Amino acid sequence: MSDFDFSVITANWAFLAQGLRYTLQVTITAMIGGILIGTVLALMRLSSITPLQWFAAGYVNIFRSVPLVQVILAFYLILPLVLQMVTGKQMPIGAANSAYFTFTIFEAAYYSEIMRSGIQSVPRGQVAAGYAMGFTYGQTMRFVVLPQAFRNMLPVLLTQTIILFQDVSLVYAIGATDFFGAADKITQRDLRPVEMYTTVAVVYFIICFTLSRLVKWLQSHIAIIR
Amino acid sequence: MIEIKNVSKWYGSFQVLTDCTTQVSKSEVVVVCGPSGSGKSTLIKCVNGLEPFQKGSVVVDGIAVEAPKTNLPKLRARVGMVFQNFELFPHMTITDNLVIAQIKVLGRSREEAEDKGLKLLDRVGLKSQAAKFPGQLSGGQQQRVAIARALAMDPICMLFDEPTSALDPEMINEVLDVMVQLAHEGMTMMCVTHEMGFARKVAHRVIFMDRGAIVEDAAKEEFFGQPRSERAQSFLAKILQH
Repeated sequence: MSDFDFSVITANWAFLAQGLRYTLQVTITAMIGGILIGTVLALMRLSSITPLQWFAAGYVNIFRSVPLVQVILAFYLILPLVLQMVTGKQMPIGAANSAYFTFTIFEAAYYSEIMRSGIQSVPRGQVAAGYAMGFTYGQTMRFVVLPQAFRNMLPVLLTQTIILFQDVSLVYAIGATDFFGAADKITQRDLRPVEMYTTVAVVYFIICFTLSRLVKWLQSHIAIIR
Repeated sequence: MIEIKNVSKWYGSFQVLTDCTTQVSKSEVVVVCGPSGSGKSTLIKCVNGLEPFQKGSVVVDGIAVEAPKTNLPKLRARVGMVFQNFELFPHMTITDNLVIAQIKVLGRSREEAEDKGLKLLDRVGLKSQAAKFPGQLSGGQQQRVAIARALAMDPICMLFDEPTSALDPEMINEVLDVMVQLAHEGMTMMCVTHEMGFARKVAHRVIFMDRGAIVEDAAKEEFFGQPRSERAQSFLAKILQH
């Protein structure tokens, strides 16, 4: 280990790229699914129907109180059992697939809190104006409140997505091959940890830094003119 | 057209409206005035069910607002409302503000809605602003768009909740001009406002409220000539001083 040998990166680039692709796929799936479920949870939390409020509050509090790595493990173990109970068949879904589900469900808790403050950031007069035009509750939310809430919260939603992108690396706990997992596997075999982990860190940094610059840019460009 | 009968409303134990009774006939213009906190805005919001009330009844064009079976969205679509803070939808262009409810609530086609909306925009003198966003317009312009947006729904009556209170003084008249024109065309109007000049010009009746109750409900001439209640007399003396 006297010299640095970065040939370990070039030789295994395809495998690393595959891992990066998986990381991005989980990130994007969990972002879209998480925002959709999170928005529904936020509406439940803000509704006047007590059981819905409780459900949403319970959901958010549970997932925000448990370490993500534990949720990943738990879902990986429990999900096949639940599917077996429902369908009556053995359904080994695998680590890679279970992560899509886990991250969507887990991130929904965080996205829902963001959407909740987004919805509350829309002035009450806007809701009254929506109702006064003859909109139903659903139409008022869809055409008036949620578009504004989403716009107001877009920078925060993206910041959460950057965190999510980094957190996908935790799937190494169940042996799924994301970007970090791929690097880890090559390291175990080729014993070049310094080169490998340095490269991985640099790639993570470049992607996250670029995204956070994008967030900054969005903050100054999409704000609603009031 | 609008019948308000014995309406009372409480926020918890605090009573905001006490036994309010009045009515607005077709093509009548009624101005509601009174000191702040007197319940004027709350009363007008009871008319289209934006504020629920615990006692009494409000009937608009034969439909009871408080009845559980009443389809409130449908009723509200027929009652135009203009707010103190305009409440145009800031994420939509002026055109979209004018057409969205026509399309989504009344089921009009986009062309029909735009045709109607732009005609009304022209009427309030803002045709050139159609592609802009509300934030790019002055307060007076926004409020005129808000009036056009309400009119685009072909309302049977119009409610104005302090439409000029949030405006700079030089913009008040451009909004009042539109309202005066509307009154002359025979629109049924209920206006919460402190613009006594407007009341003198077009109102048929003036309602004076204090501490949640209707203290005075009189024909315009009578109200400005010799209000019966002492409270209304001192209110008028204060706001007409200058």
